[in-house]
Amino acid sequence: MAAKTDKTSSLDDVVAELRDGMTIGIGGWGSRRKPMALVRAIARSDVKDLTVVTYGGADLGLLCAAGKVKRAYYGFVSLDAAPFYDPWFAKARTSGAIEAREMDEGMVKCGLEAAAARLPFLPIRAGLGSAVTEFWGDELKTIESPYPDADGRTQTLIAMPALKLDAAFVHLDLADAHGNAAYTGVDPYFDDLYLAAAERRYVEADQIVSTEELVSSVERERLIVNRMNVDRVVHAPNGAHFTFAGGYGRDNAFLKHYAASAADDESWTAFRTRFLDVDEATYQNEVTKWQAEQEEAK
Amino acid sequence: MSTAEITRAEYCVAACADIFTGAGEIMASPMATNPLIGARLARLTTEPDLLITDGEALILADTPAVGKVGAIEGWMPFRKVFDVVASGRRHVVMGANQIDRYGNQNLSAFGPLQQPTRQMFGVRGAPGNTINHPTSYWVGNHTKRVFCEQVDIVAGVGFDKVDERNPAYDDLNIHRVVTNLGVFDFGGPGHTMRALSLHPGVTAEQVAENTGFPISDLDSAPVTAAPTDEQLRLIREVLDPKSLRDREVRS
Repeated sequence: MAAKTDKTSSLDDVVAELRDGMTIGIGGWGSRRKPMALVRAIARSDVKDLTVVTYGGADLGLLCAAGKVKRAYYGFVSLDAAPFYDPWFAKARTSGAIEAREMDEGMVKCGLEAAAARLPFLPIRAGLGSAVTEFWGDELKTIESPYPDADGRTQTLIAMPALKLDAAFVHLDLADAHGNAAYTGVDPYFDDLYLAAAERRYVEADQIVSTEELVSSVERERLIVNRMNVDRVVHAPNGAHFTFAGGYGRDNAFLKHYAASAADDESWTAFRTRFLDVDEATYQNEVTKWQAEQEEAK
Repeated sequence: MSTAEITRAEYCVAACADIFTGAGEIMASPMATNPLIGARLARLTTEPDLLITDGEALILADTPAVGKVGAIEGWMPFRKVFDVVASGRRHVVMGANQIDRYGNQNLSAFGPLQQPTRQMFGVRGAPGNTINHPTSYWVGNHTKRVFCEQVDIVAGVGFDKVDERNPAYDDLNIHRVVTNLGVFDFGGPGHTMRALSLHPGVTAEQVAENTGFPISDLDSAPVTAAPTDEQLRLIREVLDPKSLRDREVRS
């Protein structure tokens, strides 16, 4: 009997599939369960001119720092802990280095839902009257309802365009080799939706286990991703660091270090050399060493 | 307890609780400490049916102190929050980097849209909140910088943006603004900001000096009602025994 496809891959395998100018979606929310191992791999690759769709945090910040971002579609960018604002996203915005398609948070969900359902758009009320329409220029249209309200007036709504992704990246706590995956935290965020909206779908997971172990170790409602919507699975223990994932909390000390390092060229070069211009295994080793150094310094 | 002992933060918390008077069985989403205590105070007093969350994905069955979680009664992940937003069954108390006299709010960035001088969070849920359900604002430091003539980027929609021919705007309701100086709404001429009350010790001149546009009824605004003994007990002993409220607003 033929076996189901084994989709386990390396970070390099994934990066090799990316092309300049792609539109990529990044799962998670702010500093929660971001596929940071994949983000770090993209940041050190040769890929450029990316359009990024995200409920943003340091994922977008790091890609901005690496000069990878041409345009960003987002509802917010937040580190979720002090100093809250991402320094590299701020630099990219204040220097005009990226084109911002800012929108309401609900519009991100709506656009991904449209893409997942292969619809050109979905109507939504959010965005009306706000600066979202200015951020999007001619790209954002409105649509008049074909059904008048009871009082005879007609609703005009935002026609949220499908956020079609060339590639989507998510971090799940647990996966099997075929792409079935589960989260163990409190919130699934929008990860299954990102995958459903994308042509190529990539999952990084803290643990890769057998299908039997996957389904027996979590409640079935946690199996939010199935293999039909996954092309490659990457084993990335602690891969979401320094964001939160089911098995570990957000590393606030490292988050502060990341943000503080953006202050000048010297400190950023030091951060980049140690934590970004290195492969994932070295990154994880250096983080462990850095944490020990912090402990000693106390 | 004598009135003299009541701190400015306690007036603010009581005013934040009053935001929810009459709200009924909806989801309360306070985004900072004082409104968070306020929403829980409302649930323990006038609005027992309010839904409150732990700030993440759990709906709380009990009404614990800030920073504490207790028994839960449900699950409200981010994805479902947007469905609640669209349904209108929510009242959010957001922060604001800027607010104008019509209630437009900015928490996105300062300066030009595509190349701002200072980047903040982005518009977050403000466009969807304001167009769908009651929205109030909490400002812990009432200054001219916040209350400005015109916001740089409209994140939360104000009353001057309403198109009455379009029923999609019918639910826009910028309900109230609570600050360290007073309580306001948009019941002034043409839906402009109006003073409902000023906290004890705050003068009309002080508010005017710290606001970049005229506010209606400033001279006739009464003093903010003091929290009752029962409210004070709940604030001090049940909801905020560590006085986190005083870190947001100093007396």
